Amino acid sequence: MNRPRALHLVTWLILLFAIGGALMLSVRFGAVGLSTGEVLTALRGSGSATNRFIVVELRMPRAVMGILVGGGLALSGGVFQALLRNPLAEPYILGISGGAAAGAVLLLALGWVAVTSWALPLGAFVGAGVAILLVFGVALSADRRLDVRVLLLSGVVVGAFFSACIALIISLSDAPTVRSAVLWMMGSLSGSSWRSVAVVASYTLPGALILLSLARSLNVMAIGEETAGYLGTEVERVKRVAYGIASLIAAAGVAFAGIIGFVGLIVPHAVRMAVGSDHRRLLPLSFIAGGTFLVLADLLARVVLAPVEIPVGVITALVGVPFFLLLLRRSLRS
Amino acid sequence: MNFDTRKLVVRYRRRHRAALDGVTMEVPSGSLFAVLGPNGSGKSTLMRALLGSVSFESGDVQVEGRSVSTWSRRELSRSVGAVTQSETVAFPLSVRELVSMGRYPHLGPLGVERADDRLAIEEALRRCEAGNLAEREVGTLSGGEFQRVRIARALAQRPRALILDEPTASLDIHHEMGILQLLRRSVDDGMTVVLITHQLNLAARFADRILLLDRGEVAAIGSVSEVLREEVLEEVYRWKLRVRRDPEAGYLTVTPLA
Repeated sequence: MNRPRALHLVTWLILLFAIGGALMLSVRFGAVGLSTGEVLTALRGSGSATNRFIVVELRMPRAVMGILVGGGLALSGGVFQALLRNPLAEPYILGISGGAAAGAVLLLALGWVAVTSWALPLGAFVGAGVAILLVFGVALSADRRLDVRVLLLSGVVVGAFFSACIALIISLSDAPTVRSAVLWMMGSLSGSSWRSVAVVASYTLPGALILLSLARSLNVMAIGEETAGYLGTEVERVKRVAYGIASLIAAAGVAFAGIIGFVGLIVPHAVRMAVGSDHRRLLPLSFIAGGTFLVLADLLARVVLAPVEIPVGVITALVGVPFFLLLLRRSLRS
Repeated sequence: MNFDTRKLVVRYRRRHRAALDGVTMEVPSGSLFAVLGPNGSGKSTLMRALLGSVSFESGDVQVEGRSVSTWSRRELSRSVGAVTQSETVAFPLSVRELVSMGRYPHLGPLGVERADDRLAIEEALRRCEAGNLAEREVGTLSGGEFQRVRIARALAQRPRALILDEPTASLDIHHEMGILQLLRRSVDDGMTVVLITHQLNLAARFADRILLLDRGEVAAIGSVSEVLREEVLEEVYRWKLRVRRDPEAGYLTVTPLA
C-alpha cells in the first residue's frame, strides 16, 4: 500500500528511537541496576571498574549481539518470504535450524565441548552449512535452475531428518546433556562477547548490505520469476545470492544464539503492515525492528524471573505471537 | 522493432515432442502480429523464446538483427514489455507500486525515481484508463482492471515492442475491445505488438499479420486473409468452421459450425 512519505519517515524515526532506547534499557537493567548516567560514564571509560566491566564487557556485547541476530533473522525472513512468495517462509526454512542444532547437540552429547566453548558455535555453523548445501544440491539438480518448490520441500525434509538425528542423540544422552542441549535449542544471547559479536557482524553486516541492494529485484520476484525476468532481473543470479546470503546470516545467528523462533517470521509481517511491501523500505526497517525486538525480549528473559534466565526463544514466542495476532486482527479490520 | 526466428527448435526437458519444431517467422517492425493456434501449439513458448527466457535446441531468435542471447535482461527489458498469461501478487501492493516496477530497468543504481519516470508511470496509467485505480490495492481489482494495470506496467517501460500472452482471456467484450484498441493505437504510433490469442475474430479485425501454430510448427503465416482460410483453420483446429466477410463491418469472421 502506498502511504505518504511523511509516514515512512515517522516509522523510521520511531524505529531508530526504539533501537536506541532498547539498547539503553538492556544495558541498564540486570542483576545490578544502573542509571543512564552510570551507563554513559562507563561507556566513556570512567566510573567504577565493576560498572565498566558490566557495561562494556557483559551487557553491551550482549545487546549488540541481540541487534545483529534479531535484525539478521528478520531481514533474512523478509527475503525468504519474497523469494518463496510465501508468507509462511522464515529464515530456518532451508533446514538451517535443524542442521545447526544437530551439529551443536552432537558435540554436546559426545562430551567434546562445554556449553561455553568456542567449538559449539563452530559445530552449529558447520551443521547449518551442511543443511544449506544439501538443500541447494537437491534443488539445483534440474537443468541448473533453482526450483523454488523443490527448495522449500527439500528444506522441510532435510529439517525433519536433522530433527530425527537430534531426537536420536538426545535419547541416548544423560540428563545434564539433554538439559544443555534443550536449552541451547531454545536460544540465548548469554554467551555473547565482543569476539563473538565480531564474528556474527562479519557475516551479518556485509550480507545485509548485499540483500538490501537486491531490494528492487525482490520486489519484482515477489510477483513471479518470469515477469521479474521480463522487467530486467537476472532471476537465477538474484535467487542464488539471496538464498545463500540470507541463509548464511541466519546460520551465523543460530551458531551463536541458538534457535530463536518467530523473529524471522513475524517481524517482516509486522513491518509490512506498517510500511507496505516495497522491499526497499521493508528490509532495512525489518532489520531495525527485529534487532529492537530481540534486545527487548532478551531484557525480559533476564529480568522477569531473575536470577533465573528464561531462554530468549521462549520470550520471543510468548510475547511475539499475541502481539502479532493482535496486529493481524487489526489489519484485517481496517 | 523487429523479431525473427530461424528454424527454431525448443524442447522442454523429458518431453519427446518439441514445443517449437523448426519455426521460421518474422515480426515486421511497427505491426500488430497475432499468434494463433490450439492449446499446446507452442504460442507461449514462442513468447519465451522471443524474450530469451528459454534455451533453444537449435535455430536462433533475432531481435533487431541481433541474437536474443546477446541482449542482457536489462537491455531487453528497456525495449520490450511483456505481459504473461497470469501472475499472482504474493503480498499487498498498490496499483501504482505495481506499475512503477515497469521503470525498474531504467532506474540508476540507487533506484531513485526521477520526474521522467513518474511521468512514464502516469502516462501508462492514463493510457490504460487506470489512473483512478492508482491507490487501490492490487488484490481488490477485478479481472479486467488487473489486466489493464499489468499492461500499464509494460507500457511504463516505454518499450518499442510489446508481447502479450492472451491479455483479454476472461475479459468481457467492453474490456476486451478497450485493450485491443489500445494495442492498435500503440501500433499506429510506431510500436510493434505481438499478441498471442485464442480469439480468431479479434485477430481478423485488429492484426496486420498472423502466425498460425500447430503442434510447434508453422501451419500458416501471412496477412489476415492468407491465414484465416476455412481449409487451413479446419485442419489445425479439427473442427468445421465458416469464414465470411462481415458485409457491414468489412472484416473476416470465423464461426464454428455444429
